[in-house]
Amino acid sequence: MSGAPPSGTSAPGTPPPGTGAPAAAPPVLEEPHVPAWRLFSTLGAGGALAGLLLVFVFQLTQPAIQAHKELMLQQAVNEVLGAPERYDTLYLVDGALTPELPDGVDERTLDRVYHGFAADGVPVGFAISASRPGFQDVIRLIFGYDAATGRLLGMRVLESKETPGLGDKIEKDAAFTGQFAGCEPPLVGVKGGAGSAPNEIDTITGATISSVTVLRAINDAVAHWRPALDAYAREHAR
Amino acid sequence: MRGTTAQQDLIRGIWRENPVLVQMLGLCPALAVTNSVENSLAMGIATFFVLCCSSVLVAALKRFIPHEVRISTYILIIATFVTVADMTLEAVRPDVHKALGAFIALIVVNCMILGRQEAFASKRPIGRALLDAAGTGTGFMIALVMMGGVREVLGAGTFLGVSIFGPSYEPWVVMILPPGGFLTLGIWLLGLSWWQKRRAGDGDAAPTDAIQGGGA
Amino acid sequence: MGDLLWIFVSAAVVNNFTLALFLGLCPFMGVSGRVATALRMGLANIFVLTITSLCAWALNTYVLEHAPYLRLISFIVVIASLVQITEMAIKKLSPALFDALGIFLPLITTNCAILGLAIFQTNRGYGLFEGLAFALGAGAGLTLALVLMASIRESSELADVPDMARGTSLVLIIAGSLSLAFMGFAGLLSST
Repeated sequence: MSGAPPSGTSAPGTPPPGTGAPAAAPPVLEEPHVPAWRLFSTLGAGGALAGLLLVFVFQLTQPAIQAHKELMLQQAVNEVLGAPERYDTLYLVDGALTPELPDGVDERTLDRVYHGFAADGVPVGFAISASRPGFQDVIRLIFGYDAATGRLLGMRVLESKETPGLGDKIEKDAAFTGQFAGCEPPLVGVKGGAGSAPNEIDTITGATISSVTVLRAINDAVAHWRPALDAYAREHAR
Repeated sequence: MRGTTAQQDLIRGIWRENPVLVQMLGLCPALAVTNSVENSLAMGIATFFVLCCSSVLVAALKRFIPHEVRISTYILIIATFVTVADMTLEAVRPDVHKALGAFIALIVVNCMILGRQEAFASKRPIGRALLDAAGTGTGFMIALVMMGGVREVLGAGTFLGVSIFGPSYEPWVVMILPPGGFLTLGIWLLGLSWWQKRRAGDGDAAPTDAIQGGGA
Repeated sequence: MGDLLWIFVSAAVVNNFTLALFLGLCPFMGVSGRVATALRMGLANIFVLTITSLCAWALNTYVLEHAPYLRLISFIVVIASLVQITEMAIKKLSPALFDALGIFLPLITTNCAILGLAIFQTNRGYGLFEGLAFALGAGAGLTLALVLMASIRESSELADVPDMARGTSLVLIIAGSLSLAFMGFAGLLSST
């Protein structure tokens, strides 16, 4: 890096100029005085070339990367909403949901939900993403929520670093993830398969913290989005 | 270093001067991403690509790079190829890219790559620089797969995702967690130094045994 | 506030940079022989990490919005230059501080912990204060790991260790045990 000391510490083995070592490359430039413009122009030319190459590769790879991201999102939304016919993206602007982006606002800074519709245009529910610090690191998930009945439609963990074999069951164990459809938040975790009420979820043995984190993330997100979802539903019922 | 043959340039980095196991360079990726064989291979291939491309370019441009800014220029070249590798991997294998996370970008600060530019590619012809890079890159890949193989077999009971011990095997989960990385490399190094010692000591080991045998 | 505290503790112990993420291993192996040196190295690390976090935040907010493909190059160039400028400034303004930290600064710049911090901060979308909490936590974690390692090595110096285990493999096995111990911090801040 540029943190290296200036010349004088040239790597061992640099042939001294003029020794004419048989296999050696031409001696490395070691004049005591290289004009500053040469240093600038070398770095400038290098930077420009690097930039050009990167822009080229970026153009080449970006479509595939974007397509994959959209596919992943679509799969997640399909799973938690039970394969809707189509879905719209709704942005949260000034406390209200709107499908249109306001002018001059960066799309990436807005919170959003996905509104799914069945084949006959009947709304199915909303897909909402949520996150919360778990046992090891932040757990990110998405869940489907039917605002009309107040019930969940499904849940899928998008990202977690919980312990393999224990905590990662929140992601991989269908017996855990399958419980969420039909539940009514606020959710409560119960142990030992005793859960029967519509708001009770069986936690995973040995991974109580990870399981409860999932429940709390959903509860918080429902509490947070509920007013906006209800307002949106009222407005569109009229 | 002077007077090596092309063959030596290629072979040297693979085992005798293996970057990870002998020179202790590039330990961050060797420990961080080797929790499965697939991740190890992907990391090895990405590093191999960056090392070969950078070495060739540095060897080709060495006349034009002033001594004072050489390190900055090398970093610029390496960072460019790492970004190329990063974007290509994300486009081609998004799942592997997600598993490796930030560690693809961190190839830039892998001292092994900068070290090969400074010590070799900047003073040798292009062909030799490529051979040296290929050898070192292969050595790095071998070390990574050695780590990943042990960790995946013990920690998950699989090799490249294929189950080895059958369903009755209780995985030794700690091996695919961070402590397993440190322990696996520590034990590999211990084993290698034991093996080297035994090989070097073959000549005088026999007399020692004889003396001990006589004493007993 | 709770978020900032969580970020700090997570980076310092739960997801310790050295023992859980394997970042900054070069100084961890190289300068962990003496506690005094390790402590100074750790302080220099905290210093550089803080600067890095500020740089990465500024670059992400004002420059890289429009050119994400230049992220890696600009991070490494800007951070390296800024650390060098700071080094010169310290040398001029406070020779005492320079003697304590100065020689470590150029070493640290090529450390993967520094670039790692910048990249993680970007991937997680941290803002200015979250980034600073993350940098301080990461620095505290690095210092903790370095000092722990150095004190273990100091006290085991005269221990009767087989010849072939001396050196790196011993350090790695000690690091493995430390890392195992640090796994116990998981779940520290998550509510039950």
